[in-house]
Amino acid sequence: MVAALSGSKLRARRMALGLRQGDVAQAAGVSASYLNLIEHNRRRVPADVLARLAAALNDAPEAFADGGGGAALDDLRAVALAWPSAELARADEFAQRLPGWAEAVLAMHQRSLAQEAAIAAVNDRMSHDPHLSASLHEVLSAVASVRSTSVILAETDDLEPEWQARFMRNLDQDSARLAKGAEALVRYLDSGGQIDAQGSASPQEEVEAWASGLDWQVASGDIPSTLSAPARDMARGLQADIRADHASLPEAAFRAALSAHGPDPLAIANALNAPPFAAFRRLAFAPELGLGLVMCDGSGTLVLRRAVAGFSLPRFGGACPLWPLFTALARPMQAIEAVVEVGAASANAPRFALRAFGMASHPAGFGGPELRRAMMLIIPASAGGPPALGVGATCRTCQRQACPARREPSILAGAMGRDSGPNSGL
Amino acid sequence: MAGHILLIEDEPNIAEAIRFLLGRDGWQVTVLTTGQGALAEIARLCPQMVILDLMLPVRSGLQILTDIRADPATQNLPVLMLTAKGQERDREAALAAGVSNFMTKPFDNSEMRAAVRTLMGGD
Repeated sequence: MVAALSGSKLRARRMALGLRQGDVAQAAGVSASYLNLIEHNRRRVPADVLARLAAALNDAPEAFADGGGGAALDDLRAVALAWPSAELARADEFAQRLPGWAEAVLAMHQRSLAQEAAIAAVNDRMSHDPHLSASLHEVLSAVASVRSTSVILAETDDLEPEWQARFMRNLDQDSARLAKGAEALVRYLDSGGQIDAQGSASPQEEVEAWASGLDWQVASGDIPSTLSAPARDMARGLQADIRADHASLPEAAFRAALSAHGPDPLAIANALNAPPFAAFRRLAFAPELGLGLVMCDGSGTLVLRRAVAGFSLPRFGGACPLWPLFTALARPMQAIEAVVEVGAASANAPRFALRAFGMASHPAGFGGPELRRAMMLIIPASAGGPPALGVGATCRTCQRQACPARREPSILAGAMGRDSGPNSGL
Repeated sequence: MAGHILLIEDEPNIAEAIRFLLGRDGWQVTVLTTGQGALAEIARLCPQMVILDLMLPVRSGLQILTDIRADPATQNLPVLMLTAKGQERDREAALAAGVSNFMTKPFDNSEMRAAVRTLMGGD
């Protein structure tokens, strides 16, 4: 709260005593108009004048001392300076008459300054980020080529067939390159949503970055102190899970089961009488297999992501609703499998076999809630073959415009057509 | 119109478009796709002008420009530098190093042709 000021205290005391402004002014040896300005906090009160006014009001000067709102008033004046329409000269009066509003204005001003600082920090990070710089350069180079080439094609009437064919081929190459560059850029900018004012990531991202740096071989070993406290807690939980997985699926037995059944987590779990999720993690964290893994909780939020090349995982927001992961979440204890292709539909689209399994638990017994979790193993598959289900990472960056499961327009596809909006088939 | 222009650009499709455009205007254009060996090529070909991409592999456009200006034989050679938006700091450095003019990618074809004409003394 902005503290009470000397002028207001003087005025309150005078009125409490039932004295007229002119009489008090005369007794203190100042003009009535000067006292009026003082009482309305439009003039600061010199110490000698305050002593005479206090004497005229039968009180000690200390009783009318400024309430310590000086710093807050300076801040208010700074706000007024930034807004030409604000009455700078009446900042003191505003603080005194409407202290709650003054406090709100100051709080908003300070929040605005903090947000500006955060934006500046993120902007600085982005402008010095080599990944962003390289992505932008890639996009700009492709745009430059497309622009020059398309103008040549459009404006050169007597273009020789050889040049025409060459430029058409260049346009095709550059448009594909542009699409890839734009997708990479959007993915990067999407990830920027996780950056806080200090430029750091969420605890989950911290853990995943740490584990990924060690190729997920993190069953033991020190957790770096550079991780935040919540991230260290999560990392300890991950270590405990992995150690339990190794206990229920010892190395030799796991290798034998893998050799017999391939990357089938349910078959491996059944063969060794182990928890299914343990087999999912064992497969995903075996570095030589090159598999990916996602796990979601009952809300569908991805709580564990082990990426694999070619299969993009959203860093925040909802994932592709067509992933078998979510079918498994809705149908616990059923093996859900699908072969999918990712990215823009094409004959050479990367393919993956996705194997998902969901489980329900009741940690608090009959009286408690049912908790669900699901895991999905991501297994690279060879290109080609019969038509596969087209999936993406998340609607925002998916190029499959007419997808029946789309819930929001794609940033990539939005500029390309009108059929990229969300579907509302229900 | 006759004159030899050395184009140092690592993006082949951009280089091809520029070579076509300037070739139609009568300029002879030689393309280098890397900064490596650029000075030797300049010495060998004696171009009347260099079009130089800022971001080149091996040796940056800025390094090449500095070398061009340091050599008495080429210190007055017109150099048109191709930059991208967001490279303002590099542009300032290039300006300090003595670049003759800039074109920002994506550029307008007619502006590119006009800039070349001016630097080649045509306008």
